[in-house]
Amino acid sequence: MTSMKMLANLSRNARRLLAALSLVTLVASPALAQLNIEVVGAGMQRIPVAVPNFGGDEGLGREIAAVVRSDLTSTGLFNLVNTDGIVAEENSAVDFAAWRSRGADALATATAARPGGQIEVRVRVADIVKRGSLGNTVVTVPGNNARLAGHKVADFIYQKLTGQPGYFSSRIAYVLKQGNGPSAQFQLIVADADGQNPVAVFKYNQPIISPAWSPDGSKLAYVSFEKSKPVIFEQTLKTGARRAVASFRGSNSAPAWSPDGSRLVVALSREGGTQLYSISLASGQATRITNTSGIDTEPAFSPDGQWIYFTSDRGGSPQIYKMPAGGGGAQRVSFDGNYNVTARPSPDGRTLAFITRRDGGFRVATLDLATRQVTVLTDSQRDESPTFSPNGQMILYATILGGRGVLAAVSADGQIRQRLSAVNGDAREPAWGPNR
Amino acid sequence: MQNITRKHFIRLVPALAVALLAACSSTPDSSDLASVDATGTSGVPKLSAAALAKLRDPNSPLSKRSVYFDYDQYDVKPEYKNQLQAHAKFIASEPNARVLVQGNTDDRGSREYNLALGQRRADAVKKQLVLMGAPESQIESVSLGKEKPKALGDNEAAWTENRRADMLYNGEY
Repeated sequence: MTSMKMLANLSRNARRLLAALSLVTLVASPALAQLNIEVVGAGMQRIPVAVPNFGGDEGLGREIAAVVRSDLTSTGLFNLVNTDGIVAEENSAVDFAAWRSRGADALATATAARPGGQIEVRVRVADIVKRGSLGNTVVTVPGNNARLAGHKVADFIYQKLTGQPGYFSSRIAYVLKQGNGPSAQFQLIVADADGQNPVAVFKYNQPIISPAWSPDGSKLAYVSFEKSKPVIFEQTLKTGARRAVASFRGSNSAPAWSPDGSRLVVALSREGGTQLYSISLASGQATRITNTSGIDTEPAFSPDGQWIYFTSDRGGSPQIYKMPAGGGGAQRVSFDGNYNVTARPSPDGRTLAFITRRDGGFRVATLDLATRQVTVLTDSQRDESPTFSPNGQMILYATILGGRGVLAAVSADGQIRQRLSAVNGDAREPAWGPNR
Repeated sequence: MQNITRKHFIRLVPALAVALLAACSSTPDSSDLASVDATGTSGVPKLSAAALAKLRDPNSPLSKRSVYFDYDQYDVKPEYKNQLQAHAKFIASEPNARVLVQGNTDDRGSREYNLALGQRRADAVKKQLVLMGAPESQIESVSLGKEKPKALGDNEAAWTENRRADMLYNGEY
């Protein structure tokens, strides 16, 4: 079976099958766990795939294979076939009949090694049904980051089986709030896409909102209230170096990176009201790009850098508009309902994820920009801050569940649902970064 | 409009109880992520003891620092006229007075859009003060949006309390 055929089968199954409740719970290295992905709904038939333990350095191989299985399972697209502790090197002969009898449609074999201060994984994906190879590659990561090696191997397998790039090697940022009132603490967390390896890159006793990844994943821009008002900071993740990039009189918020990383479009109130400005990161110069008496905020660039989507109440209710990236005439984009906000374009530029108010609830929806078809993807009450995975397949967002802030994800087609649970605090303001 | 959520309704399961690490400092796999602390707050000029005493006199309208707004409303109601006039007069008479007007909203809807709505409330208070004679340069209007709710809860009482702008003077922010 070719990857495209598998994808076609997935789509057909997706159309055909309504969700039979299926439930998979993943727990990986709980000592470090802050968020854990639970697949709470998967509507389609899954591809059965076998990932036996990796050969070579078998201890390392077991560790990496566990990450790969966890990543693949978390998507809701795959069933991991029981491999009974079998070890299979990348170049070992494939016993197609034996794997077929175990129910596998696909098999990933790999060899792990630690040559010269890095991890190297040779991996091959085989089509068990058609008895052929789907491809092979070598993944290398510096240092001792076995989890990252596993995420990159999972990216490769995902691509071979679905035809889409994986997203497991990406990172997410989010804000964790602990406590209430004067004792509240806020942490800006960066974690692997599966919620593991959480690191608080900034923490303070004042709110943090609107984290945004630089296109290369090296920096975060975010809004901190540490100076009794919203100020936009830029922080380099590797060094922790941070600087205020918009600290004008009034409020400074809603940073959005241009795709080339050279500019931030932001919302400022320096001239009264809330208007959009484009700031050159090299010079610090801010140029006003909207000129209305109403609210213009929540900018987001189209992936080609040509357009800015934003929220405006110029028509009486908050709606999504778009305008040329340098400013100019704006066109209204959203029409259904009286509250449509927080537009975030998909990586291919064809879809907007946004928040719409329906029946009093704030819900994640998508808008197909070509057909204008709106699809409401959730039925929760307090959804916020949608953000696409780097491959556009998943939308991560914040919601309230049982009075607690949690992160959840839904596939862009609405078929698959995940929840990332934080136990000790409110998780909010997710932002999905690029693959590493 | 197609709403697919009903037919695909999925029951949510209880969250896994997994203990958090109290402090998320660096981990072996994340050595390329540095943790940092906030920078200090910037200074403002000092008010005289006499001026501070006026601000703190519980019998003075200067002790009233909050302006409340109706649902989805951003205009200052007439009942705040005396309060704001007292503040405008005080600000004009004290060149060192610096006022930070912080606008707030209830907690429904987008954080950034609420930030802009709170800004509209703070701007309205500032505009009134300036119209009443306070120098614009001494007043900064900013928004906290829904980020620092004074009242917690998913009810009308909490929402009403949070639709508010507060005036903070030197040393209070």
